[in-house]
Amino acid sequence: MTAVEWLSVSEAVARYIEDGQVLYLAGFTHLIPFAFGHEIIRQHKRGLTLCRATPDLLYEQMLAGQVADKVVFSYAGNPGVGLLPVFRRAVETGAVAIEEWTHFEMVARLAAGAAGVPFWPVNTLDNDLSRRRARPRVASPFTGELVPVVPPLAPDVTLLHAHAADEEGNIYVDGLLGEMREAALAARRVLVSVETCEPARDLRAGRLTLLLPAFRVASVSVEPWGAHPSYVLGRYDRDTLFYREWDAQARQEVAVDAWLQEFVYGVADRAEYVRQLPAGRLRTLKEAALI
Amino acid sequence: MSDPLLTRKEQMVVMAARLLRPAERVLVGVGLPNLAANLAKRVHAPDLVLIYESGILDANPKSLPLSIGDPVLVRDALATIPMLELFSNYLQTGWIDVGFLGGAQVDCRGNLNSTVIGPYEHPVRRLAGSGGAADIASCARRLILMLPQDLRHFPPRVDFVTSPGHPPEGRRPDGQGPAWVVTDRGLYDFDDEGRMRLRQLHPDETVATVQKATGWPLAVHPDVHHWAPPTDAEHEALRRLVSTTPVDRQASA
Repeated sequence: MTAVEWLSVSEAVARYIEDGQVLYLAGFTHLIPFAFGHEIIRQHKRGLTLCRATPDLLYEQMLAGQVADKVVFSYAGNPGVGLLPVFRRAVETGAVAIEEWTHFEMVARLAAGAAGVPFWPVNTLDNDLSRRRARPRVASPFTGELVPVVPPLAPDVTLLHAHAADEEGNIYVDGLLGEMREAALAARRVLVSVETCEPARDLRAGRLTLLLPAFRVASVSVEPWGAHPSYVLGRYDRDTLFYREWDAQARQEVAVDAWLQEFVYGVADRAEYVRQLPAGRLRTLKEAALI
Repeated sequence: MSDPLLTRKEQMVVMAARLLRPAERVLVGVGLPNLAANLAKRVHAPDLVLIYESGILDANPKSLPLSIGDPVLVRDALATIPMLELFSNYLQTGWIDVGFLGGAQVDCRGNLNSTVIGPYEHPVRRLAGSGGAADIASCARRLILMLPQDLRHFPPRVDFVTSPGHPPEGRRPDGQGPAWVVTDRGLYDFDDEGRMRLRQLHPDETVATVQKATGWPLAVHPDVHHWAPPTDAEHEALRRLVSTTPVDRQASA
């Protein structure tokens, strides 16, 4: 068995992310791998296809950092707040190509990719999305019933953030899984950042569950606060103020550029990013997570 | 006159909450549906089963979640499950009683647009897109739609069918599809031909004023009447709920 490599986020991105790849940065609201996304921007990767059910603020920032030509997605909103201003501008001006699905279609595509099968049935009724792409139907060889199908999605690399790894690189999480496991297993290569590395015997006795066995993981990076401003259940809460403030800020291109300058290009790594955040804010998020 | 202390949006949320019955399994969308479902659970349906497309089964949030994946939804939930499991094994197989959706435009068949204003290739205003909405509209036993009502939100034709409503030839043959539409002006059901039909009015509205805010000739139920205004208990519960949004708590911390 190939051993997991323990790399910094910067080393992992430099070694495994190449221009033009299809990437899936996983995590539905929870455990969004912002540290990886920021590093991809800092290393000026180009021509990427970025897949995510919910582009979220992460792909806002990556689009502003001009790393992508195309976004594959199913819901481009800022949940409970509004829309994604950078994404909207990019789509309305044609600066980025989009490929759009429903949530079920998106996770079904990942399931097909993870299972290694050529399609996956989805019984969602026809709508203008499916009509635009003339969604194919397949006849069941058993009953003759026609079922709509979607093609597999198999990213070159899936990147994700998790609660913990053990010494061997097995990956553990708690709370919302979203589409993380299917997105990881659909990819040939998986890069993971974690809040902590802990002894296997503690993790296996605790409440976290296994997300991925070490043999499906290429590299692990220990990166505290790696999911901010999203959250890590039980470790720190979702920074909803950040999500609200982004909505106003991101309406102006120059404000987005200034933000990237200060919090992405202007810092060497996640540790420095964390030091730039207001100390009181982090304390509040940590305390809220323990309630 | 209606109670000036209650905004139209608040009345709309109360009316939507009343449509939920005890112990139903509701798949809750972001925004106003989220508020209404959480209100129903606090007023008349404490055993309502709140399900969120992020993969949360039976949420019991202590405060109002901002997003559908908030930690407050996860903490006291029965379980979190992968999205694939929720969509394929619960929604697609008919275990969701009520789908509860918002959107930008609705037409007289209950087709809902949450994707784009203007042409898809050259959008005037690009919106969030389906998320799970098209899947929920397809597979939930009945559907409640919620949106403000004016000529912009109620056009003769929606610019894009994100979530399908009743087909042009009549109601959906499986008995599913849009059952109710709740707006800030009135409450609508769907007649036997699958056409949206006015049932109840906001106390400040008449059939004529509501018609002016609708982009097609309205079908009106013979027993149309003003809705019963929110009770003190509903009003009080709603105000308490709104005061617990996470942003307010965080900003005041």
